[in-house]
Amino acid sequence: MVDVALRQESAEVVMPSRAQVLVRMRLADKAFQYLTQATALGVLALLGCIILALIIGALPALRTFGFDFLLTQSWNPVTERFGALAPVYGTIVTSVIAMAIAVPIGLLVAVFLTELCPLWLRRPVGIAIELLAGIPSIIYGIWGLFVLAPFLQVHVQPLLIDVFGEVPILSSLFAGPPYGIGTLTAGLILAVMVLPFITSISRDVFEAVPTVLKESAYGLGCTTWEVFRNVVLPYTRAGVIGGVMLGLGRALGETMAVTFVIGNAHKISPSILAPGTTISATIANEFTEAVGDLYTSSLIALGLILFAITLVVLALARYLLLRVERRLGG
Amino acid sequence: MRSALYARRRRRNAIAMTLSLGATLIGLGWLVLILGALLWQGVNGLSLKVFTEMTPPPGAGGGLLNPIFGSLIMTTLAVLIGTPVGILAGTYMAEYGRYARTTSVVRFINDILLSAPSIIVGLFIYEVVVAQMGHFSAFAGALALAVIVIPVVIRTTEDMLLLVPNALREAAAALGMPRAYIIRHVAYRAAKAGIVTGVLLAIARISGETAPLLFTALNNQFWSSNLNAPMASLPAVIFQFALSPYADWQKLAWSGALIITLAVLTLSIAARVVTRTRRQS
Repeated sequence: MVDVALRQESAEVVMPSRAQVLVRMRLADKAFQYLTQATALGVLALLGCIILALIIGALPALRTFGFDFLLTQSWNPVTERFGALAPVYGTIVTSVIAMAIAVPIGLLVAVFLTELCPLWLRRPVGIAIELLAGIPSIIYGIWGLFVLAPFLQVHVQPLLIDVFGEVPILSSLFAGPPYGIGTLTAGLILAVMVLPFITSISRDVFEAVPTVLKESAYGLGCTTWEVFRNVVLPYTRAGVIGGVMLGLGRALGETMAVTFVIGNAHKISPSILAPGTTISATIANEFTEAVGDLYTSSLIALGLILFAITLVVLALARYLLLRVERRLGG
Repeated sequence: MRSALYARRRRRNAIAMTLSLGATLIGLGWLVLILGALLWQGVNGLSLKVFTEMTPPPGAGGGLLNPIFGSLIMTTLAVLIGTPVGILAGTYMAEYGRYARTTSVVRFINDILLSAPSIIVGLFIYEVVVAQMGHFSAFAGALALAVIVIPVVIRTTEDMLLLVPNALREAAAALGMPRAYIIRHVAYRAAKAGIVTGVLLAIARISGETAPLLFTALNNQFWSSNLNAPMASLPAVIFQFALSPYADWQKLAWSGALIITLAVLTLSIAARVVTRTRRQS
């Protein structure tokens, strides 16, 4: 009894009035709102900070070499002459090889998953393809170095050299000894890495095509391929291109897998069998060993170029996908 | 004439469908090849020593204890830093600012950050943290990983909160709850499984990241639990050991690769299971 009475008494003492509680609740609410808003804006600031930090870091190199930085092939830490041409070239060539392989295969896998695959098999196959995206890039690297590169060196590259050795233009493309590692190998690994991105986005947009459209085409007597070619693909073009661009963004910036198999040679070789380098591989290989401010700054300038390229590609990809989303939602 | 046309169309269809089946088999084949090589090479070198001994000098026996420890520490720290930030920002986008213009801008930028090259993040943290402090540190490595965690968590948090039915929020509001209370006690609770999935995916993503660690946390040949000093991590050690000419280092690199892949695959499967049970209930 006493206990209860005591508790009531003390409760009355500390019990704040209704108005006070409301004020406190409103304050807490506002505080939480501003907290979340500030963090959301922080994400914008984060991107700004990344760009700013890269520009500041790259400034010494850009000031020393100016626009020539983009056009010079020499990369010489001893004389401190740095140019971005070889890594930029390597980045673009490996990405082009990767896309040339991954886009057709990725789209065909998506066709298989949406048109051909029996229903019960769709989920497992889809998950398996997506697992490819989940494997860390360093795993691709170690696999490429120890499994794929020796295989290419012994079985594939000599064949390419033999077959194309006599053909006028292709002979320079496939010239030189079979190293195993090199631009072609890096492009192949990248193709496997971007494949799941292209497949999963194309599959999603293919599935979003209204069934009525497809059924009316089938009703006219179209084959599955004709329905895909003339109905599904035109309807989903923006989405497919968005997915391809997303894959391209990934291929351009991929670091570890490429670093393992590219060979890190700062020269532009017409042969895709020869070792080369990419922007990200150069940074990964040399950054910790870079002595001197100009060397470090040149590497950061390379990073800036890479970031600028990927920003444009990714922004375009997201814009296209956003348009598709709006059309489907609206 | 007519039947020739039909035959050609049918033939073209058959070719295209065979190609699509072939493409799928190629895709699945790569997966089998990679996982097969990993299991074959990794299990070969796997032993209790891998988990109990430090990284050896070339030619001596040893394990991967210090990089495993380092990876765990940095991943944990990155998740601890990145998750609250990601959840708060995602909360703003799905709750307070659902129809605000800021939200669509943030979403666009966040989607770009989500797929930005991770080596850029490493350069950024190097400039902002390492260059200012004057030395490499595990803390810088964790920060770099946190920058990668944030967009993943934002994305899933927003998506999952948007899935929470509005009737729940309205019912709570009708009881007189303030909005912050509704979000924390109704919306979060309803979206819990989804948010956990996001965090799991983020962990899976960063546990294999190498590029941002190379010049933030660097690497360390020895045991170190000092956050202010360079720390070993599994991916960095794999990078160093795999490219070395020593057979026993390469063997350890394969074991490390197997450990990482198993961890990542387990996490992604766990993430799928979490979302699945949520859908069923």
